[in-house]
Amino acid sequence: MTTTAPSPSVTGTAPGTLLDFRNVAMQFPNGTIALRNVDLTVNRGEFVTVVGPSGCGKSTLLRIASGLEKASEGVAEVDTDRIGYVFQDATLLPWRSISKNVELLAELHHMPKAQRAAKAQEAIELVGLKGFEKNLPKQLSGGMRMRASLARSLTLEPELFLFDEPFGALDEITRERLNDELLRLFVEKQFAGLFITHSVSEAVYLSTKVIVMSGRPGSIVERFDVPFPMPRDPDIRFTPEFAELVGEVSHALREGHS
Amino acid sequence: MATEALVAPAARRGRIRLRPSTWWQPVVVFFGLIGLWDLIALYYDKVQQLSFLVPYPLQVVEVVFAPKALLKPGQVAPNPSFLSQLLDALGKSTTVALTGLAIAIVIGVLWAVLMAQAKWAERSFFPYAVILQCIPILALVPLIGNLFGFEFNSRVIVTVMISLFPMVSNTLFGLQSADRAQRELFTLQGASRWTTLTKLQFPAALPSIFVGLRTAAGLSVIGAIVGDQFFQRGTPGLGVLIYVSNSRLNGPGTFAAIITASLLGVAVFLLFGLIGRLAIGKWYDFT
Repeated sequence: MTTTAPSPSVTGTAPGTLLDFRNVAMQFPNGTIALRNVDLTVNRGEFVTVVGPSGCGKSTLLRIASGLEKASEGVAEVDTDRIGYVFQDATLLPWRSISKNVELLAELHHMPKAQRAAKAQEAIELVGLKGFEKNLPKQLSGGMRMRASLARSLTLEPELFLFDEPFGALDEITRERLNDELLRLFVEKQFAGLFITHSVSEAVYLSTKVIVMSGRPGSIVERFDVPFPMPRDPDIRFTPEFAELVGEVSHALREGHS
Repeated sequence: MATEALVAPAARRGRIRLRPSTWWQPVVVFFGLIGLWDLIALYYDKVQQLSFLVPYPLQVVEVVFAPKALLKPGQVAPNPSFLSQLLDALGKSTTVALTGLAIAIVIGVLWAVLMAQAKWAERSFFPYAVILQCIPILALVPLIGNLFGFEFNSRVIVTVMISLFPMVSNTLFGLQSADRAQRELFTLQGASRWTTLTKLQFPAALPSIFVGLRTAAGLSVIGAIVGDQFFQRGTPGLGVLIYVSNSRLNGPGTFAAIITASLLGVAVFLLFGLIGRLAIGKWYDFT
C-alpha cells in the first residue's frame, strides 16, 4: 500500500524499507497543524518507538501510515499491504467470543472458515490465551483483552505492525509482561514495528530506535539508537546503561516540550 | 480476625433477609391498593349511591369468572358470556398491536439504516420522524378513516404511527454507537458498507434496538386500544369493549376490560424484555 500526498510516488525506497516518510506535514481542515517536517523510516528488523507529549501528533503519524488519513504535505510511502494496527483500546466486539474476535480480520478478508479458525487458534496460543477461546471479552481482564487484540492482528501475518499506545491503560505489572511478550513475538515473527507511547522506559526497552517528538505541532527533535541486543533480557531494565539511555531520552523529551 | 468475626455473620444475615423481601413487598402494596380501591368503591356505593362508577374489586372478579353472582333477580346472563367477549376482544387487540408493531419494526429499522448511511441522509430524514411523533393522531382520524376505512387497517395504521418513533430513534442511536476505533478496524481491512453494517453496526445496535422494541411494544397496545375507539367498525377489540361496557353502565365490565388492556401492555413489555435478554443478555447487561 502506498499513501502518497500530494506529489506522485517516488520509487526511491531502499529494499528493506517498509515505511518511508519524507517531509510529512499534517494540517487538519480546522487549521490545526499536527505534524511538521517529519522524516521517518522503518526498515525490516527494526522496532521504532515514538515518544512525545500528549497531543503532539504521534497518533496522526500512525493514522497516516495506515492510510486512515492522508498527509497534507510530503511523501508517505508504505511498502507492504500486510499492516497490523493495534489501537489504544482492545476494540474487541463484545458479542463475539475471543476466538471469533481473533478470526475477525481474516473473515473480513474472506479467508475460508477452516483456514481462519486454524490461524486464529495459532495466534491465540501464541499470545498465551489458550483455554479462553470460548470466553466473551467482558470476562477477561484488560491485559488479556489486549493480548486478544494482538492475536487478532497476528492472523494477518503483518510485515509492519503499528501500535497506538496499546498498553497505556494497563497497570505497570501487566504492561511489563506484555512488553516481554511483544518482544518475544517481534523476535519470533520478524515484523517491523512502529510503536507510539508516552512511557520512556517502555520505549527504550522495546525498541531498536527511539524517536522523540516535540509538542504541537509535532516534529522530530531527536533520534536514539538502542544498542541492547535482541532477544532482550528483562533484567536489562535494571542496568546503568539502560537507566542512562532512559535519562537521555527523558531529557530530550523535556527540551522538546519547552 | 476479630473484625472479620464481627462482620461475617452480619453480612450473611443481610443476604438471607434481602432475598425474600424482594417479592413480598410488591405483594403487600398490591393488597394495600386493593383495600384502598375497596374503600373508594364503598364510598361511591353507600355515600354517592352511584355504585356503577367504581365497582367493588370482587365484582370485577365476578363479572369475569362468576357472572351469575352479579345478576339481579329476573336478569339473564349475557350471551356470549362476558368472559368470552373479553377474551375475543383481547385476541383482536393483540392481533392489531402485534401487526402494527411488526410493521413499525420493519419501517423503523429500515428508516434508521438509511439515515445511518450518511450525515446528509440523517439530516434529511430525521426531522420527519420527529414530525410524525408530533402529529396529534386525533387530527388524522377522519383522513385515515376516509382513506383506509374504519376497520382493521386503520387501527393498525394508528398503532404503527404511535409505536414507530422509538424504533427509529433507538435503532439510529444504536447503529451509531459503535466507536470510532471499531469502525476504523473495519475500514483498515477494506470492509464494504454492507459488511460494516451487518458485522459491526447492527450487532452493536441490538441493545438499543431492544430498548426501542420494548417501548414500541408497550405503545402498540396503546395504539390498538386508541385505534379501536376511533375506528369501531368490523371486529374491534378491548377499546370498544371498554366503551360499550361503560355506556351500558356496566362498571365491573368496564373495569375488567381496562385491567385486561393494562395486563396486555405489561405482558407485551415483559415479553419483549425477555426476548431482549435471551438475544443479547449473554454479552450485554440488558435490564
